[in-house]
Amino acid sequence: MLRFLLKRLALTIPTFVALMFVTFVAIRMVPGDPVEVRTGERGISPERLAQFRHELGLDQPVWKQFADYAWGLLHGDFGTSVVTNERVLTEFMQLFPATLELAFFGMVFAILIGIPAGVIAALKRGSIFDQTLMGLSLTGFSMPIFWWGLLLIMLVSERLGWTPVSGRIDLIKFYFEPVTGFMLIDALLSDQAGAFKSAFHHLMLPMIVLGTVPLATLARMTRSSMLEVLSEDYVRTAYAKGLSPFRVIGLHALRNALIPVVTIIGLQVGSLMAGAVLTETIFSWPGVGKWLIESIGRRDYPALQGGILLISSIVIVVNLTVDMLYGFINPRIRHGQ
Amino acid sequence: MASDPHVQSGAVGAGAVEAVQAPPSPLAAFWASFCENRGAVMGLALLSLIVFVAVFAEFVSPYSPVEQFRDFTKLPPVWVEGGNWHYLLGTDALGRDTLTRLIFGARVSLFIGLTVMVVSVIIGVALGLAAAAMGGIVDVMIMRVMDLILSVPGLVLAILIVAVMGPSLTNTIVAVTAVFLPRYVRLVRASALSELGRDYVTSARVAGAGPFRLMVFTVLPNCLAPLIVQAALGVSEAILEAAALGFLGLGAQPPVAEWGAMLADSREFIRSNPWIVTLPGLAILVTVISINLFGDGLRDALDPKLKRS
Repeated sequence: MLRFLLKRLALTIPTFVALMFVTFVAIRMVPGDPVEVRTGERGISPERLAQFRHELGLDQPVWKQFADYAWGLLHGDFGTSVVTNERVLTEFMQLFPATLELAFFGMVFAILIGIPAGVIAALKRGSIFDQTLMGLSLTGFSMPIFWWGLLLIMLVSERLGWTPVSGRIDLIKFYFEPVTGFMLIDALLSDQAGAFKSAFHHLMLPMIVLGTVPLATLARMTRSSMLEVLSEDYVRTAYAKGLSPFRVIGLHALRNALIPVVTIIGLQVGSLMAGAVLTETIFSWPGVGKWLIESIGRRDYPALQGGILLISSIVIVVNLTVDMLYGFINPRIRHGQ
Repeated sequence: MASDPHVQSGAVGAGAVEAVQAPPSPLAAFWASFCENRGAVMGLALLSLIVFVAVFAEFVSPYSPVEQFRDFTKLPPVWVEGGNWHYLLGTDALGRDTLTRLIFGARVSLFIGLTVMVVSVIIGVALGLAAAAMGGIVDVMIMRVMDLILSVPGLVLAILIVAVMGPSLTNTIVAVTAVFLPRYVRLVRASALSELGRDYVTSARVAGAGPFRLMVFTVLPNCLAPLIVQAALGVSEAILEAAALGFLGLGAQPPVAEWGAMLADSREFIRSNPWIVTLPGLAILVTVISINLFGDGLRDALDPKLKRS
């Protein structure tokens, strides 16, 4: 087991180093001189220019620049935003809880609906319910989620007036210091009447939009995994020894059918982050995805570079964890068979 | 005596033709199996229509995609009150005909999807075969680079590439190709590795086939089925990814009629003119669904191992 863990860990180190290198190179290929971005259009004396270059480390040889950059990263220095002059890591950590909350509830939404729907479809294979669900799943899977978000805003927010269009909570009515960073929990803790309701209403549409593609994937996966398990001998045995269908399906079939599904849930993290970029842009959700897009518009390349590095690191770590958990559950993976 | 075997085999052959029908050609067998799937046939029909419209956009569409009818801005489709028969699906904020722009948008989207697919299949096959054939350090290098690409969420990587290279149609294709490359490399490498141990490969090697000939003419044809399926489904994902970039303002630049960019332009009219928002997204959805239906049918027909229950 330990050998497996160490091997998986060792494999990610080159990926990390390469990732550092790529973001380092990418930022230097961006059109425009970072010094000029800082000085603006008024011009600058040669001495000041040299000083700026020295401050940014641009007068050093490239290998030294990379070494300094990597050294900084290892010490948690992901650069400084040229627009706000704040540390990229600080900005990221302030915004990340919003993205995490959105991704978490999007996934919960997908799991709560997708898995039961997939199970029922498998049990009633070929029925109207099954066919409708598979049609919907195909649609959800093919959905351009940025359009889906706009459609929901048009129908639910504008036409029906049920939910607000943007943000995380009604900022005019409610204000409280973040405790957990999860608006729903903070709203509950704040003891302000109606705060939780407001936060939930704000979360509803973004959560549905982000959860749609995982929902479609999960429903499909659960269905096919369940169908496979239902034809296994041990399910037949369970029926034969007189167990109730509820017990057979809930205890014997579902537990085995869910193993591949759980893996899929873990592997959705990357696409959730990509989906968050679009969802946050549509709903003005103040998370890292929206921040990333805005930093392109503001030509804030250190923020972009640091943000992408941080997001990728999170995805790598989560995937690694899923891998290890899976190796823990399933010895066949661990022994490389 | 010498003529006897001829007579005999001729007689057996004739009898066999009467008793059992000749096996269908591989293509016919594939087609019969494909047609069993109603959804796939529907997808193919719809897709053919979209491809036809995209190819003959100049002849099918009523106007030019950049022509502005300033007296008729933000018209709704013809079946809604206030619609105009001259502009079947209405017009956008600049008075450009929506139907025309959707038709030309189909051309842009399909072009992106197909180019991304072709380029990433070619590079993917080359890298995948190289990794499988050479092994060792080449294999490790190629696969680590693919791991690296996979570690960055697809859209985020595309955003990084476009931010560095500048937004344009060409760079959209480059970015989306980079995102989709690893899956082809991995697929080709895995199936090539499993084929390399087979007897027919060994016999080709014994017969003196060089490494290039061995990989391309002996191994590759046997890896094609899953590759074709992946490529078909890859087109739809590439279209979605490119539309997302266009929506974020990082794809094709105005005045190119691109569905994602059309959606982004329409956002401010979400309250006043819902049709301008609805139609481009619907076009994306219908195209992607039809390609996915078609791809599912391909998989069931070509690759029975992957058949979904």
